[in-house]
Amino acid sequence: MIYLDHAATTPMRPGVWDAMAPYTDVEFGNSSGIHLVSRRAKNALEEARESIAAAIGAGTLEIVLTSGGTESDNLAIKGAVFNESARRGLVTVATEHEAVLETGDFLRRIGMPVTVVGVDPEGRVDVEDLVSVIDDGTAIVSVMLLNNETGFVQDLARIVEAVKARDPEVLVHTDAVQAFASEPIDVAALGVDLMSLAAHKFGGPKGVGVLYVREGTALEPVQHGGGQELGRRSGTHDVGRAVGMAMAMDLALQDREDFGHRVGQIRGDFEKRLIAGVEGMVVNTPEHGRSPHHLNVRFPGVLNETLLVRMDLAGVAASAGSACQSGASEVSHVLEAMGLTPGQARESVRFSFGWPSTMVEAEEAAEIVTDLVEKLR
Amino acid sequence: MRALVAMSGGVDSSVAAAVMRDAGHEVVGVTLKMWSGPNGEAPTAGCCTVSDAEDARRVAGQLDIPYYVLDYTSEFRDGVVERFVSDYVSGRTPNPCIECNRTVKFDRLLRRLDDFESDVLVTGHHARSRYDGKHWSLHRGADRAKDQSYVLSMLTQRELTRARFPVGELTKPEVRSMASAMGLRTAHKPESMDICFVGRRDYRSFLAGSAPDAFVPGPMVDTRGHELGSHDGIAGFTVGQRRGLGVAVGEARFVVRIEPATSTVVLGRRDELGVAGVELAQVVWTSGEGGSGEVMAQYRAHGDPVPAVIEGDRLLFSDLQEAIAPGQTVAFYDRDRVLGGALIARTLL
Repeated sequence: MIYLDHAATTPMRPGVWDAMAPYTDVEFGNSSGIHLVSRRAKNALEEARESIAAAIGAGTLEIVLTSGGTESDNLAIKGAVFNESARRGLVTVATEHEAVLETGDFLRRIGMPVTVVGVDPEGRVDVEDLVSVIDDGTAIVSVMLLNNETGFVQDLARIVEAVKARDPEVLVHTDAVQAFASEPIDVAALGVDLMSLAAHKFGGPKGVGVLYVREGTALEPVQHGGGQELGRRSGTHDVGRAVGMAMAMDLALQDREDFGHRVGQIRGDFEKRLIAGVEGMVVNTPEHGRSPHHLNVRFPGVLNETLLVRMDLAGVAASAGSACQSGASEVSHVLEAMGLTPGQARESVRFSFGWPSTMVEAEEAAEIVTDLVEKLR
Repeated sequence: MRALVAMSGGVDSSVAAAVMRDAGHEVVGVTLKMWSGPNGEAPTAGCCTVSDAEDARRVAGQLDIPYYVLDYTSEFRDGVVERFVSDYVSGRTPNPCIECNRTVKFDRLLRRLDDFESDVLVTGHHARSRYDGKHWSLHRGADRAKDQSYVLSMLTQRELTRARFPVGELTKPEVRSMASAMGLRTAHKPESMDICFVGRRDYRSFLAGSAPDAFVPGPMVDTRGHELGSHDGIAGFTVGQRRGLGVAVGEARFVVRIEPATSTVVLGRRDELGVAGVELAQVVWTSGEGGSGEVMAQYRAHGDPVPAVIEGDRLLFSDLQEAIAPGQTVAFYDRDRVLGGALIARTLL
């Protein structure tokens, strides 16, 4: 099996499981108790938190541990909309992940003002458009850093600057879930107030993530309870997962520069082979401002559902975009927002590469895909 | 041979997949996503609920075969649901499950067999097909009580060549005990009866939501044209219906006819329900060679076949039949062999 769906999830990096395993049985303590077993768990947790904070240039108190990207997005947006300020509005972008867009739909249903702005054919949000819809009811602006379906990277620092220039009280959140493996992530440089990360996208365990919350940001919890995470996210800590995430972050950080170079080359080679082999193929991922590891392409005349099944039967795993619960492929809202017709979106496939990807498998996959597309036409 | 098995999540299609796999074929399981509600929600009743797809997925996992959910929502909406609505609006009584077989499974999916490099399409229907070296024929399933050849009566040589019904060779208890022996989670699952997109509610409330125009009030009259009352729309009625007519006239009354042009519902006594024959539409002969003459005709999924004669596009019953609704399917048999099928265009008094 050649796995080209690393944007969906990627395997844990070597050593991560070993680092987290003791916290499931030997060091099993609840980090919120008073006794030795708890203290040891608490120490491990806080050590992990320090390491996570350092990896993104944040303070330890600015790190809220969550169950992953979806929870972080929900907490950021609902937390900002329902905090003590009277501002209740959300402004976001049509190419966001469902965790943001569906949260927006929910807020709209309960009467909150929600505005979704469009993008240009490359997926770039027009900063002036975005800023123009902000009003004194806007609580938060949420813009994804690196698009999960196309790999397009927004000029986030510029967006944050423009939003803050318009109204410094508006909070800015970014879903950076896809970005950590390849992009420089420094919260000060990005200027955001809130940022979501998920460990399993960069070689850590599933079920754990981070919401970075800039010091002084008022956030209403979504999950109330025992008051963990300074009251911002209650629930017993999964120390093992936090430790695993911290280690994966460290490994990904060390590997980041090389990852961009190495994986970018593999992706580039794969792309070149497809372009050469498949007549009429269209690259949906824009040429500039893209990640090194995503590639979204369209095979005119071939239904992605059929191609993905055939690829799977031939041993190549990829996807049509973000995964839905039933497993049926749906029309990508991201590609539609970029101006593709539903029919064109149904001809599009996302290939995504990760830390274990190799040139040899990319070569082999390109050959299989080229061959299948020809057969299906 | 590679077999594409349409897995609904029920015990029959689970066992169909298992039988094909055990016969040494390469098996790929698929569930067709047919319907989602206005907010994308999956159906909660009928043959295609979320838990059914989940069951199909798990059975495929147990059988260690590849499994996919294929999106047929637009084909289903255009081919089945819209037809269902327009039939009721026109005073007919549709059978959406037959329409789904006809337009989705045995047409759109069958035509994609090559896409999936598959040789045959396998379903869990209780029916048997046979090949005599020249032609395929379709027969009732081994379990007469569970026979589903009626809903396959529109299949022709084109479809039968590439379709297989392994479960038709088995009785239902055999199917269940095989599933049980293999530890399949669907072994004891009850059968679904509801229409998937309507769910457990009344089909009328579905129509009221999807086709409010179908509910044009009109008169209720007796067979001599005397007005007995009024109704909210013909879509709420089916020939033979007795309950919910909203008129009290002493003796039991039934819907004997629906006249869509004037939105009229005609009520009559039981002896006025009698139908001597029907006019046929979309007649299909399994052999592909046409036919006429004496047949046994079955006009309900689980009804008994009755003797009849086909003359051109007319089917004339030997004895008067009761409560036949235009829009329903009639299947023709020679003993257990399916000769063909047709839609009932209108009834002949």
